[in-house]
Amino acid sequence: MDWGALHTILGGVNKHSTSIGKIWLTVLFIFRIMILVVAAERVWGDEQDDFVCNTLQPGCRNVCYDHFFPISHIRLWALQLIFVSTPALLVAMHVAYRKHEKKRQFRKGDQKCEYKDIEEIRKQRFRIEGSLWWTYTGSIFFRLIFEAVFMYAFYFMYDGFRMPRLMKCNAWPCPNTVDCFVSRPTEKTVFTIFMIAVSSICILLNVAELCYLLTKFFLRRSKKAGNSKQQHNHENKEETKQNEMNELISDSCQNTVIGFTS
Amino acid sequence: MDWGTLQAVLGGVNKHSTSIGKIWLTVLFIFRIMILVVAAERVWGDEQQDFVCNTLQPGCRNVCYDHFFPISHIRLWALQLIFVSTPALLVAMHVAYTRHEKKRRFRNGEKIDIEELKNEKLHIRGPLWWTYTSSIFFRIIFEAVFMYVFYYMYDGYQMPRLVKCEAWPCPNTVDCFVSRPTEKTTFTIFMLAVSGICMMLNLAELCYLVIKICMKESRKTT
Repeated sequence: MDWGALHTILGGVNKHSTSIGKIWLTVLFIFRIMILVVAAERVWGDEQDDFVCNTLQPGCRNVCYDHFFPISHIRLWALQLIFVSTPALLVAMHVAYRKHEKKRQFRKGDQKCEYKDIEEIRKQRFRIEGSLWWTYTGSIFFRLIFEAVFMYAFYFMYDGFRMPRLMKCNAWPCPNTVDCFVSRPTEKTVFTIFMIAVSSICILLNVAELCYLLTKFFLRRSKKAGNSKQQHNHENKEETKQNEMNELISDSCQNTVIGFTS
Repeated sequence: MDWGTLQAVLGGVNKHSTSIGKIWLTVLFIFRIMILVVAAERVWGDEQQDFVCNTLQPGCRNVCYDHFFPISHIRLWALQLIFVSTPALLVAMHVAYTRHEKKRRFRNGEKIDIEELKNEKLHIRGPLWWTYTSSIFFRIIFEAVFMYVFYYMYDGYQMPRLVKCEAWPCPNTVDCFVSRPTEKTTFTIFMLAVSGICMMLNLAELCYLVIKICMKESRKTT
């Protein structure tokens, strides 16, 4: 279970996202997870080995490192990325539940069910309406909360986003005050600022998606108020008929856009 | 999520590229990303451990290393490769949008063959031409910016054997010796040369697209 497995899981959710959601997912995987794996992990790789203190006192270096770095940046980012990705699974579960219900209807031989076989139900792409809208919007809301909480935790824990070259430590057993030098502080500051910037872009994308969904919801409501019940049923049947073709078409879009396979 | 996944993502874009674009993508993956992963990362692997300073002063080595190598070459190349690859996704998004529009027209009753739509290779015309051309333009800009950043940060492309350091807490001036300077210089020049080739390919592709559109316009008017 690694970042690749997360990529596979979230790729499945991608099918049911809005366009902004797909852009957010691309930014998450290419500019955050990939940067973390190919670059940032190497920068922080030797953070404790090359944390040097100007003392021969045994244990002082360990204690000072632990005092100044309670949780390493890398681990905080990994946690942030996992927490931020996870609300999308709520959407995946909701979609799975709907498909399960439709399969149950189909198996019972319900005449209301419009599908010709189980394969169609499995491949169907649901539109973001009704209860799925609430789940999707809730997941975006949680994403925003998690991003903000982790950015604040970073700021609070490390007193800003800059990595200092020198830290003065007087934790026991260090004698008096000892100078300790951090490994690669400039490179670490650059990557911290980069990751913060991309987090902010992701927050903006999530806010934009939330606004888009709210606008769509209110527009649909005002349209519904003007429509008759009969016309609504007729539209539903047309939609499900057109849904038969959606998988073929959306597959072609999937492969072109970001190569996520469900 | 690693270079292999990036390859999978960009592979999809390849279908809608010109021939020069396909060559560019091959050069990118084989001569840059692969060289970075199988060779360059090992050369720079021990860069801080084997950065040795002629002093016993604790902290001096750390500070001198940080002063002379604010961002390691390897990380700069990784960022360069990611930024240079990303404009291709603009093209992918445009293609996806065009297909979505065709799907919408199909739903509204127009006769379009669905199988053809799935496998269709879109020609680089109209608004797609503009998206494709601007993605090449951004690629060239990113390549140039990173090449300049390299030159500015490291005062040229040669890795010196010896650097003289006076940053606190080093006493007076201290000699520090870089690990594998010749091998690093070789790889820096190689990566620079391949960047140059990629820029040439991008410029050639840009010229090809511009000429193609000008010829099409002149044919339309005659």
